[in-house]
Amino acid sequence: MIKFILRRLLLTIPTFIALMFVTFIAIRLVPGDPVEVRTGEHGISPERLAYFRHELGLDQPVWKQFLDYVWHLLHGDFGVSLSSNEKVLTEFLTLFPATLELSFAGILFAVILGIPAGVFAAVKRGSWFDHTLMGAAVAGFSMPIFWWGLLLIMLVSEGWGLTPVAGRIDMIKFYFEPTTGFMLIDSLLSDQKGAFLSTLHHLVLPMIVLGTVPLAVIARMTRSSMLEVLSEDYVRTARAKGLSEFRVISLHALRNALIPVVTVVGLQVGGLLAGAVLTETIFSWPGVGKWLIDSIGRRDYPALQGGILLISSLVIVINLLVDLLYGAINPRIRHG
Amino acid sequence: MADTNPTPTAQPAGPLSAFWNAFSQNRGAVGGLFILLTIIVLALFAEWIAPYSAIEQFRGMTKLPPAWAEGGDRHFWLGTDALGRDMLSRLIYGARISLFIGLSVMSVSVVIGITLGLVAAFMGGAVDSMLMRVMDLIMSIPSLVLAILVVSILGPSLTNTIVAVSVVYLPNYVRLVRGSALAEFGKDYIIAAKVAGVGPVRLMFVTVLPNCLAPLIVQAALGVSNAILEAAALGFLGLGAQPPTPEWGAMLADAREFIRSNPWIVTLPGLAILVSVVSINLFGDGLRDALDPKLRRS
Amino acid sequence: MALLNIKNLSVSFSTRNGQFKAVDGIDLAVERDDVLAIVGESGSGKSVAMLAVMGLLPWTATVTADRMEFDGLDLLTISDEQRRKIVRRDIAMIFQEPMTSLNPCFTVGFQIGETLKTHFGLDKMAQKKRSIELLEQVGITDPEKRLSAYPHQLSGGMSQRVMIAMALSSEPKLLIADEPTTALDVTIQAQILDLLLRLRNETGMGLVLITHDMGVVAETAERVVVQYAGQQVEMQNTRGLFRDPHHPYTAALLAALPERATGRVLPSIPGVVPGQFDRLKGCMFAPRCAFANERCHSEKPKRASNEEGRALCHTPLIEGRPYIWEGTR
Repeated sequence: MIKFILRRLLLTIPTFIALMFVTFIAIRLVPGDPVEVRTGEHGISPERLAYFRHELGLDQPVWKQFLDYVWHLLHGDFGVSLSSNEKVLTEFLTLFPATLELSFAGILFAVILGIPAGVFAAVKRGSWFDHTLMGAAVAGFSMPIFWWGLLLIMLVSEGWGLTPVAGRIDMIKFYFEPTTGFMLIDSLLSDQKGAFLSTLHHLVLPMIVLGTVPLAVIARMTRSSMLEVLSEDYVRTARAKGLSEFRVISLHALRNALIPVVTVVGLQVGGLLAGAVLTETIFSWPGVGKWLIDSIGRRDYPALQGGILLISSLVIVINLLVDLLYGAINPRIRHG
Repeated sequence: MADTNPTPTAQPAGPLSAFWNAFSQNRGAVGGLFILLTIIVLALFAEWIAPYSAIEQFRGMTKLPPAWAEGGDRHFWLGTDALGRDMLSRLIYGARISLFIGLSVMSVSVVIGITLGLVAAFMGGAVDSMLMRVMDLIMSIPSLVLAILVVSILGPSLTNTIVAVSVVYLPNYVRLVRGSALAEFGKDYIIAAKVAGVGPVRLMFVTVLPNCLAPLIVQAALGVSNAILEAAALGFLGLGAQPPTPEWGAMLADAREFIRSNPWIVTLPGLAILVSVVSINLFGDGLRDALDPKLRRS
Repeated sequence: MALLNIKNLSVSFSTRNGQFKAVDGIDLAVERDDVLAIVGESGSGKSVAMLAVMGLLPWTATVTADRMEFDGLDLLTISDEQRRKIVRRDIAMIFQEPMTSLNPCFTVGFQIGETLKTHFGLDKMAQKKRSIELLEQVGITDPEKRLSAYPHQLSGGMSQRVMIAMALSSEPKLLIADEPTTALDVTIQAQILDLLLRLRNETGMGLVLITHDMGVVAETAERVVVQYAGQQVEMQNTRGLFRDPHHPYTAALLAALPERATGRVLPSIPGVVPGQFDRLKGCMFAPRCAFANERCHSEKPKRASNEEGRALCHTPLIEGRPYIWEGTR
């Protein structure tokens, strides 16, 4: 087991190195001069230009810039944002909880609804529920989520007035110092009446929008996995033993059916971050996705570079954890 | 003496009709195919089918609702957008763009994916390892983020959208072909071919590849739909085909401000994307169920 | 009164290409303390019939019978609850592939204990004690350690013993063993068969052994039912069957046994078992039968009397020669 973990960890190292290299090169390739962007409005003299160039380290040869970059990274220094003048890492960490909260809510939504739906569809295979669910699932992952978000805002927020349009909480009514950055926790800690509810209120729509594609994929995957498992010999044995149908399905079948589903859920997390970018943009949710998009427009290279690096590293780590979790659930891998 | 062959009372179907039998069992798939064909026809014959050009602005006729709604005009069946352009025509031309993007991305990814996948499987060792690390890398950067990165480097345009989305989805194909090829390696017919003296290139493309085709075809079909969605997302962020090209995602970006006032400007382009992608996905599902019983879902 | 009483059992499956009759008119009676073997090639429907008794067939199956009773209970009309509590407790079934018949996610102890809890309501301590007893009874060494083993850690023979232990745990009156040794080594085969017979002697339960191996039949069974293409073609006691088979198919099967070979060429049965698309007007075996005549190809045979092994044949064999039976049966 330990060997398994170590081996997987070792495999990720070259990926990290390649990642650093690629982000470094890619950002350099993006047209537009960061110095000009930063100082463009002010009509700048060549000496000042050269000074800024030097400050940003842009007058060094490229390979030296890369080494400096890696050196800084290893010390946890991801650079300084050109637009906000904050350290990139700090800015990322401030905004990341918002994205995390949203992503977590989205996945929770997808799993809590998706797995039972998939199980039910498999057990009642061929019924109207099955067909409806599978039809809805296809629609779910065929949907452009930015349109889905706009549609829901149109119907639910504007049309029925049920939910707010933007932000994480009603900023006019409530304000408190962020302690954890997780609005759900902070609002509970703040003791302000209605703050928690307002947070939930703001979370609902973005959660649904972000969680729709994972929901569809998980439901379908659970269904097909369940169908396969239900035709396995050991399910027949379980029935032959006289166990209740409920136990056969929810314990014997589901345990085995969930194994591939866990992998799928893990893979969805990577896609979630892509979805977060769009969702955050639509709902003006102040997370790293929106920050990334804004950085592109602002030609904020350090932010862009650091952001991509951090997000991608996260995905690599999550994939690693999913692999390990898979090993934990599936005894065959655990015992070799 | 006894007759060893019993007289048959029913004939099992031949391969092509067996495929169609299996495929047509899935009503969703047939429906998807039908809708898809309609969209393809619209895309191909846009010039003849669309009532107006996609970029012609009709001053004074801006933001009209669809013809059946209050205030609508029967000249513009689906209404007009903020600049007075006919929605129906824009959507039809948009179909051409989206399908073009989808098919281009799919073709590029499939060709490069097959080549790289087979090379990785055949050469093994360091080459394989390196290729797989690169693929892992691509897969670890969230798809949209990577696409945005590529477009940022190359500049926003239709062609660059195709390049960006191809890069993003390439690893799927490479891994698929590599996995299939590796699975085939253990089989005896490969050894037989090698013994017969088949060279590596021929072995790759003529012997092994046809047996990996079934999952690849399915992935390609679904890849078109993914490409359309991704391209629309780029269009929505303003990073795809530039105005006045009637790309569906870009149309949605323009429509954002009209959520309250003119909802159909928001609804219709998204609906077009949804219908197209659903039809392709249903078709792809049907293809998978019919082609490879092992992958059959029900 | 017979423990298991089946008359004219038929099972049809609805498939993509129409209905498929997997079992066609089986009659079976199993007494307590019986050892009955059901013999046939793959596709003869032998497993399906028993699965129908247990109620383990998929939804695509339609089960019809004149009578299907177990211990006085009408299996055709019982409720799901009764089936679960009574039928699956008093009839136990073990399957061909022991490696895949155990749930890979749970330990041996858990899976056996589960049965004990369901049928007898034992608590954890009692479950453990009884499980160890059962494992000992089936000849597993070091049973306490085995309780925490996972199925993939067991060998084929061991898995099958665990399956048998699990089957015994509900104290069944009848044990159905569906090709229990086919997937195992020859040496283990003998051990498992001995075990089954020993258990039957110890507990007095009935044993139905489904197999395609005539050797196994000869060693273990007291009565034999021969199936071909879903139909029951002969039923006799074992000695009688081997000495004087009444149906041409049985005769051909026995002739094909290597142990019985006399010449240099092993006699095999020409042709293949009729598949889904090959349902015939006359006798199902006629195309491959050495004794077939006009009538065999055009008219479905009726069942002979008990003296002729209830053979499904127009001209059942008596001492190797077809006997024309006049009159009706």
